[in-house]
Amino acid sequence: MSVLDSKVPKGPIKDKWTTYKDKINLVNPANKRLIDIIVVGTGLAGGSAAASLAELGYNVKTFCFQDSPRRAHSIAAQGGINAAKNYQGDGDSTYRLFYDTVKGGDYRSREANVHRLAEVSVNIIDQCVAQGVPFARDYGGLLDNRSFGGVLVSRTFYAKGQTGQQLLLGAYSAMNRQIGRGKIKPYNRHEMLDVVLVDGKARGIIARNLVTGEIERHSAHAVVLGTGGYGNAFYLSTYAMGSNVTAAWKAHKRGAFFANPCFTQIHPTCIPVSGDHQSKLTLMSESLRNDGRIWVPGKLEDAKAIQEGKLKPTKIAEEDRDYFLERRYPAFGNLVPRDVASRAAKERCDAGFGVNATGEAVYLDFAAAIQRYGKEQAHVKGLDEDDAALVTKLGKEMIKSKYGNLFQMYEKIIDQNPYETPMMIFPAVHYTMGGVWVDYNLMTTVPGLYCIGEANFSDHGANRLGASALMQGLADGYFVLPYTIGDYLADDIRTGAIPIDSPEFDAAENYVRERLDKLINNNGKYSVDHFHKRLGKIMWNKCGMSRNAKDLKEAISEIAALRKEFWQDVKIPGRADEYNEELAKAVRVADFLELGELFAKDALEREESCGGHFREEHQTEEGEAKRRKEFQYVAAWEYKGEPKDAVLHKEDLKYEDIEVKERSYK
Amino acid sequence: MKLTLKIWRQNDAKAKGKMMEYQLNDVSPDMSFLEMLDVLNQDLIDKDEEPIAFDHDCREGICGMCSMYINGRAHGPDREITVCQLHMRSFKDGDTISIEPWRAKAFPVIKDLIVDRSAFDRIQQAGGFISVNTSGNTQDANNILIAKDAADTAMDAATCIGCGACVASCKNSSAMLFVGAKVSQYALLPQGQVEAVDRVKNMVAQMDLEGFGNCTNTGACEVECPKGISLENIARMNRELVKANMIKF
Repeated sequence: MSVLDSKVPKGPIKDKWTTYKDKINLVNPANKRLIDIIVVGTGLAGGSAAASLAELGYNVKTFCFQDSPRRAHSIAAQGGINAAKNYQGDGDSTYRLFYDTVKGGDYRSREANVHRLAEVSVNIIDQCVAQGVPFARDYGGLLDNRSFGGVLVSRTFYAKGQTGQQLLLGAYSAMNRQIGRGKIKPYNRHEMLDVVLVDGKARGIIARNLVTGEIERHSAHAVVLGTGGYGNAFYLSTYAMGSNVTAAWKAHKRGAFFANPCFTQIHPTCIPVSGDHQSKLTLMSESLRNDGRIWVPGKLEDAKAIQEGKLKPTKIAEEDRDYFLERRYPAFGNLVPRDVASRAAKERCDAGFGVNATGEAVYLDFAAAIQRYGKEQAHVKGLDEDDAALVTKLGKEMIKSKYGNLFQMYEKIIDQNPYETPMMIFPAVHYTMGGVWVDYNLMTTVPGLYCIGEANFSDHGANRLGASALMQGLADGYFVLPYTIGDYLADDIRTGAIPIDSPEFDAAENYVRERLDKLINNNGKYSVDHFHKRLGKIMWNKCGMSRNAKDLKEAISEIAALRKEFWQDVKIPGRADEYNEELAKAVRVADFLELGELFAKDALEREESCGGHFREEHQTEEGEAKRRKEFQYVAAWEYKGEPKDAVLHKEDLKYEDIEVKERSYK
Repeated sequence: MKLTLKIWRQNDAKAKGKMMEYQLNDVSPDMSFLEMLDVLNQDLIDKDEEPIAFDHDCREGICGMCSMYINGRAHGPDREITVCQLHMRSFKDGDTISIEPWRAKAFPVIKDLIVDRSAFDRIQQAGGFISVNTSGNTQDANNILIAKDAADTAMDAATCIGCGACVASCKNSSAMLFVGAKVSQYALLPQGQVEAVDRVKNMVAQMDLEGFGNCTNTGACEVECPKGISLENIARMNRELVKANMIKF
């Protein structure tokens, strides 16, 4: 019997959430005033949770490392947010969104959580519109939709290419209303460095004020982490520079199990690496695959000529191009899920067909879409459909109206005009499906410690579908946690304020201070980035898009050695009691160096291929991922000192409402 | 390429700052401006000097964190981009580049190139929201019809990233483009009408309280705004304010 209790309610899947909400404990409004909650992270999950909890009447403190909650990295999400509204009448439903998400996650997510997510998805759109989020509309004034990868319906709501920004500003505005009322106290430019447990329950955090360097104690009756994913373990990723695993990792070290760390999403359409100076990678939204066609040259000699700069892609004849996604997956074509598209691109590049100097890029081409839209527009406007120049002009205008900001972003970085020549793209680390293990209530294995949004593991299995991260963040924060946390806090109405002068807080603060002192006084030889870049190389080369036992074993020992070296030889200028970005970075990288090892260990243990986790030993004859029945579980790791000593606990996944099938997009 | 950098160094809000000069010898035109500063900081760390503190996070032009005044212009020489999107190919070998923080009374310097923009947050807290609880029990999203033009114009206003370039570029350090953008987003949408009067009054009052100056229509803010927020938003805010001041309940 597993120590993990998912607490999934009994009953038919359609009724679980409704029936459960009817029966859980509530805290009356007068008592909510006596209860404090800490929310760490102010992205879509943390921001929406903080606002909702404050509206309910709890006293909320929020923490973020940025200078304002509005800058959390949810802001960078481009394409859209899914919801089973079926406004298009194209056959969408709660069940279908649930089904697509479980299948898209390669049958490694928890059914009941995903169904609940699909149920509340419709409320999110209603809520955001009520808040004044300016979603795209059609000419009749109704909401518009687009389609995303891995599904056969159009259920994605969007606000140009800045959907994440608009949704986050919506949550931020809801927070602002509560800050104005005094129900949220925001601590910006603060970083959580430990969680404090009293009598086995999460009762507060230790935070560092990043401006003054002060170490602060904050107590509460419950602590919520909405601190995002850990993709920056790879150094280069589409994450923000400051995105980190520290809060989640500290929770792990205090008893929260860490689930499926090896489930990482590598997004197929990012701008390729340009050189060693590169600090981050930029995503080109998946929505571009609605109109862009992905290809590489069909002939190796053409690919070579392109790599050497002797041939232009526009000179390659149609029959000499290999539209490899359309070729391999005719049913979904360019809109296959991200894991499938990324692997297919890597396969072509590994075979020598890459299209930039390093051979690590494929084309995303809009020429066909420009012609198609141009003809359509010429027809609508009663103009000459055979006038090639006119058609091209009209087509470019249409593409500009749909993707203008993305095209501009691309041109600024690469210095090429994507209206004239195909974009170059390559996969990059983008999202982590793994994270802190939570039960149906979104509570971790530490009582009173909750984890929401990307930081938890629950809804996306081994691969996340496009436009589902925003959905999950807001679902957790607006509509799930505010209910489930009440059930726990109902026992705390007589507890009173949690004192911060207890031995538990003393111990946690001392631990934090010791680590900071060690780092700042280390006087080593190399900067933090030096170690971070080296970790990133190990992660990308040995734990990246395809993995094997030999590489993973090497990664484990290399990361352990690098961690040792880091603590001996890292050099941090300045003092701990002032603004010191190098120190802030060092704290984060120290945790990545522990997480990275557990990541590799988890990938080694999971001897199957599923979703974003591809083990070379386990593939079909056509090179597709081969899932194995005996791995139909969540791997939740318990901290026992060094990452190598972590203990595996399994939560078996049962599929009662969806038949587990081979995941095919052919 | 080789560059000479003149950078504002200031230890904290109380300290006196000054411009310091640095040389960089091996800058690639494909680097972003911030990656160029990363290289400089690496050099400084190697030489046991303190690296330059600057705000940055997403490095893709959307979080609004980066904020530098480069050669006398907010976010540097290019139009409609943030510093993190600026690439070194916009400069020439041998150039001297001066880098300063945003200058405004309402944005005190925290360290080097980092300023405190919490005044912006407080303006939003004064009224930059629609008072609707997140119960999920609102009406169906499609029950509110919004003309495409209104939705698109509201979206254009809502793309403000709150970086503060408008304030830094304005000779009066006015925040009216920032406030006007938020007021406009809600003024253009039916959902924003109910609280329109209080919103504009409260946000403008807070803006004045924070010590931002007034608008004298020079239009520098619009030119330097990385998101191309239009001056029309200031006009709309002023109309809303005049309207609000005439209404008595």
